[in-house]
Amino acid sequence: MPDLSVRDTGLHLLRRPGLVLSGVVIALVLLAAVAPALFTGQDPIAGVPAERLRGPSPSHLFGTDETGRDVFARVVHGAALSLRATVIAVLVALVSGAALGLLAGFRGGWLDSVVMRVIDVVQAVPAILLSLALVTALGFGTTNVAIAVGVSNLAAFARLMRAEVLRVRSGAFVEAARASGVRWSGVLGRHVLPNALGPVLVLATLTFGTAVLEVSALSFLGFGATPPTPEWGALVAGGRGFLATAWWMTTFPGLTVAAVVLATNRLGRALDGERSGR
Amino acid sequence: MPRRLAQAVVVLWAAFTLSFVVLYLLPGDAVLTKLGSAEGGVTASDAEVAAARAAHGLDDPLPVQYGKRLLAALRGDFGTSVSTGDDATHLVLSALPPTLAVTGLALVLAVLFGGGVAVLGTYTRQRWLGQLLLSLPPLGISLPSFWVGLVLIQVFSFQLRLVPALGSTGFASLVLPAVTLALPTGAIIGQVLAKSLRTQLAEPYVEVVLAKGASRGRVHFGHALRGAALPALTLVGVVAGNLLAGSVVTETVFARDGVGRVTAAAVTAQDIPVVQAVIVLAAFFFVAVNLAVDLLYPLLDPRLAAPAARTGKVTADA
Repeated sequence: MPDLSVRDTGLHLLRRPGLVLSGVVIALVLLAAVAPALFTGQDPIAGVPAERLRGPSPSHLFGTDETGRDVFARVVHGAALSLRATVIAVLVALVSGAALGLLAGFRGGWLDSVVMRVIDVVQAVPAILLSLALVTALGFGTTNVAIAVGVSNLAAFARLMRAEVLRVRSGAFVEAARASGVRWSGVLGRHVLPNALGPVLVLATLTFGTAVLEVSALSFLGFGATPPTPEWGALVAGGRGFLATAWWMTTFPGLTVAAVVLATNRLGRALDGERSGR
Repeated sequence: MPRRLAQAVVVLWAAFTLSFVVLYLLPGDAVLTKLGSAEGGVTASDAEVAAARAAHGLDDPLPVQYGKRLLAALRGDFGTSVSTGDDATHLVLSALPPTLAVTGLALVLAVLFGGGVAVLGTYTRQRWLGQLLLSLPPLGISLPSFWVGLVLIQVFSFQLRLVPALGSTGFASLVLPAVTLALPTGAIIGQVLAKSLRTQLAEPYVEVVLAKGASRGRVHFGHALRGAALPALTLVGVVAGNLLAGSVVTETVFARDGVGRVTAAAVTAQDIPVVQAVIVLAAFFFVAVNLAVDLLYPLLDPRLAAPAARTGKVTADA
């Protein structure tokens, strides 16, 4: 609805406090990834041994860990690495999936069949297992984990993109463009891609939440960042040995992951509803 | 049915091929890694590496390797574990029973919770209650399950001392892992079922049945739920795969024995034969469950049993 006034938009948002809150959460996390110093002045790597395993307090919002490091500082500084991995994963899924879908939908014929059968198989193997296999082959580390998660999520993008291409391809305006002598490559760039972009971006938003979960699960299992580096999943894993004595070490990093996923999913659903005209 | 079986075999073959491409073609040499770590970081001599490569069949040209491995896989042989030297298939299959116990319980819980939330959420006339219930599935999907497991251990094992925190002995130790595993799965079931229940309730036949004097409950549980269960049933294949994949995380969190633990250990050790056996096992589950669902469909929906329903294309694109 392009002709909404500022006041209407404000009212629209006021009636959706959850959506506003989600936006705030995402904005804060992005800010933490770009400028962690805005949130905390404490060192995420070097601890203060005298302040080991302290509970949450005004000076240590999320408490401290077994070497006296501030957990809040580690969560804030972990945002950059976790978000970078998530963005890489979503980009890998989006670009490779969309390219495959575009190819399949546009060329059609045997190529279409081959690509889509491969996609079928990719979907027959659960995403986490496929990404574990990829991590086995590629080796460990946050970037490899991100690539693995991205590849294991490309199937949905390929399917969506192919469906969109097929839908737009049969449109009268594409036929008109072809009839007036535009080449297929021109039609692709001018008509097909812009039309397909909306649904693909909605899927990207929803995949973002999945990717945060999968990246943090793999790093919880120990395939991501190496120990002193703060990364959300690894932080939760680090607190496992202190469940009985220091609940804050696992609770707060886990809550952060949950909040980010909830917020992006809420945003994704709002975009989805907006697109389909609710 | 023969057609379905053939499709199932093709999916299994393709899953094997996909895992071969991922595991054996991508850079990163498991044998080198293995030898490097076994000697405590000391690099193995060229002769030792060559011997190890030959032992694992890695020095053949790739098409030959592929053919040999495919033939072996047909006999259920995925090679020997790089780290323990055991037969990979045996390693994975012997870990299956404890995983199936948790997974089975989780499936029951997921169907009960997810189904319950969806049915009650759409049935209740209390607007707030409906909204509350139907907001649970999106929440359940958003929680990282490794963290949920740890929170459950904290609350039920350490604070309330109701169940043992770790290990795989006795029924009590099944509960927390099963709940952890059931949460995301139940959330998916709840979401899909609630959506298709709403669609069903908007169908004209609902008004007809109501006009004939049926109670709301009868319409909801007797008619709409039956129609809505069909789309939800297509999910079962995905759900089974998710449960198996989820066990990698839950078994690690709860230190339970099972396929998930074996998988995590195999990835850590870059134990390619074991990882491949797990992938093919997961694809096998997916295929087997989907076959079972295809057999169940006509029982639930007589229209599909009619000859007019044609073979194939009933669930293929779901």
